[in-house]
Amino acid sequence: MAEFEPVLTANIHKPDSHTLRVYEQGGGYQAIRKVLGGMSPTDVVELVKASNLRGRGGAGFPCGMKWSFLPKDHPGPIYMCVNADESEPATFNNRILMEQDPHQVIEGIIIGCFATKASTAYIYIRYEYPTAFRRLQAAIDECYAAGLLGKNIQGSQFSLDIYLHRGAAAYICGEETGLIESLEGKRAWPRIKPPFPAIEGAFRKPTVVNNIETMACVPHIVNRGADWFKSMGVPSTGPRDAGSYGPKLYCISGHVEKPGCYEMPMGVTTRELVERYGGGVWKGRKGKASIPGGLSMGIMTEKEWDVPLDFAGPGKVGCLGLGTAAVTIMDETTSMIDFLHNSCRFYAHESCGQCTPCREGTSWAERIVHRIKAGKGRLKDLDILLDIASSIGIIPGTTICGLADGAAWPIKNAIAKFRGEFEDDIKRTNPTGWMVEEAVEALELVGLGTGH
Amino acid sequence: MTSTATKSSVLTAEMRAKIEALFPRYPTKQAVTLPALHIVNEALRCVPMDAIPEIAAMLELSPAQVYDTLSFYGFFKHEPGGQVRAWVCRSISCALRGGEEVLDSLAHKLCVKPGETTADGKITLEFGECLGLCDFAPAMLANEKVYKNMSVEQVDEVVALLKSQADQGN
Ligand SMILES: Cc1cc2nc3c(=O)[nH]c(=O)nc-3n(C[C@H](O)[C@H](O)[C@H](O)COP(=O)(O)O)c2cc1C
Ligand code: SF4
Ligand code: FES
Repeated sequence: MAEFEPVLTANIHKPDSHTLRVYEQGGGYQAIRKVLGGMSPTDVVELVKASNLRGRGGAGFPCGMKWSFLPKDHPGPIYMCVNADESEPATFNNRILMEQDPHQVIEGIIIGCFATKASTAYIYIRYEYPTAFRRLQAAIDECYAAGLLGKNIQGSQFSLDIYLHRGAAAYICGEETGLIESLEGKRAWPRIKPPFPAIEGAFRKPTVVNNIETMACVPHIVNRGADWFKSMGVPSTGPRDAGSYGPKLYCISGHVEKPGCYEMPMGVTTRELVERYGGGVWKGRKGKASIPGGLSMGIMTEKEWDVPLDFAGPGKVGCLGLGTAAVTIMDETTSMIDFLHNSCRFYAHESCGQCTPCREGTSWAERIVHRIKAGKGRLKDLDILLDIASSIGIIPGTTICGLADGAAWPIKNAIAKFRGEFEDDIKRTNPTGWMVEEAVEALELVGLGTGH
Repeated sequence: MTSTATKSSVLTAEMRAKIEALFPRYPTKQAVTLPALHIVNEALRCVPMDAIPEIAAMLELSPAQVYDTLSFYGFFKHEPGGQVRAWVCRSISCALRGGEEVLDSLAHKLCVKPGETTADGKITLEFGECLGLCDFAPAMLANEKVYKNMSVEQVDEVVALLKSQADQGN
């Protein structure tokens, strides 16, 4: 592989990297000038399509194709919602882009809006990112002052406003239709699809929802071309795989010496990430397992660390997908019960409550794992957990959004890949399989209970 | 006191002006719900129940609609919290590096449970779900200040820093 040249993070280590001056000195806002200087919206959509850029927010949907789903010749308005809710546990690459290089993101948004004929963009940013919020707002202000936003940008016919919209600490606002509902001022209950946002989104108008990192890729595709983008990554392996191209910001955290965010061509392996970038598993220990791309993707065992982290890779070892490409490492001392408890507690807390299987399933799973952790587990609990996990989500067709699939996958993978550990622990802590609640229930049944 | 006496308004002229300034940004006034709640919350460190009908009137909504949105987010409280609101992350990348122990230890030192405010009104302790600071795990966000790579050993120091944050009003 030729020496890889980082582009998304090329600016971030410069002093004042967040300012317009530094961004322009590094070649910033050349792409939008090129676009306004002679490309049509269709040209830009076709270029992004040709690059095979796939969404970086978790689902990996081809970006250009999403843009082309917007109705043709719509009278408008068309909206762009930029997803900066970044709440998937273990993920922080959007934060780094927004804090260190907000103009790169904004240039991508301007080009994206030009391509999709959107006249207003809302950046939905999670509340817990105050620095990113301020940096983005300062960058937007600089753009208005420099004629890069507002009416007739750079003397063209194209006008655009960008507004920041702050969330209020709810994971579900990252799901694209939950985001739209929240933006509209309602509770963030995801919508049943179809209609997809491209047809009926924010304020019932055609809407594009894209992730921050997806947007940050766009100026580079304009500057360097689709072939440059496709020169990196992992080609398609068949008709059902759209390929995994371009640079990617991989996050690595958990039990490594040097947690951080590293830009690499798509398709690096977990082992490479740990060893070349993460400084190895911490404290000289061995690795046990990892999360491949945000908690919702499930877990990989250390033996699976040579699987490439491209869009197709994690699925080959039973994970849900690449997700956000945020890797969390667990060392040999990690208890899988503790891991699963942490995971189940997260989804039970964050389920929006709209679909009964998700609301009930996530909270029952949490209670069961909590009980196992407290030393009152039964072997049959593992099958009950698997039963819950296989019956909640879009994949079994019982819920409106993918939060439930994300809740299910860590359960499925942890029990499938570490069943022995769960069983041993249950046998050790509760050898008789006895459960207080069952005893109480039995006493109630024979009229000896203390309840009413 | 006569029957015409009106209750004083919770929303100040300044808050109202800030809320109205956002109307042109959105095609509906309802979309200003969350921004309006943030404006009130920033000024009062809570959204009092009495503010809800006032916000609703400005946005031409039923108070129930505003309340519905507000109550969806665990974020907005009706009683003022501490001068510093500190979220300690309890999610996976922090938990693997001792985040839950840091949260417990802070709760112990401050004599509060997560969600509660210290008796002196200075600090509200909260658990957070992944704060997007996993490269600094275990992490905490206190108002706008990030605390990185915390450990149980440093908890006394962290408490002192939180108190000085409260005293300096940042
Ligand atoms: C529960 C849930 C949470 C999500 N959170 C985020 C998020 O925080 N950021 C994000 O970009 N996408 C998130 N997504 C994916 C979005 O629904 C959507 O696919 C994405 O924003 C589209 O942008 P992209 O095509 O550029 O990736 C989430 C999805 C689900 C089901
Ligand atoms: S799957 Fe869960 S989070 Fe998604 S809409 Fe249904 S209840 Fe809400
Ligand atoms: S898991 Fe704690 S900040 Fe991400």
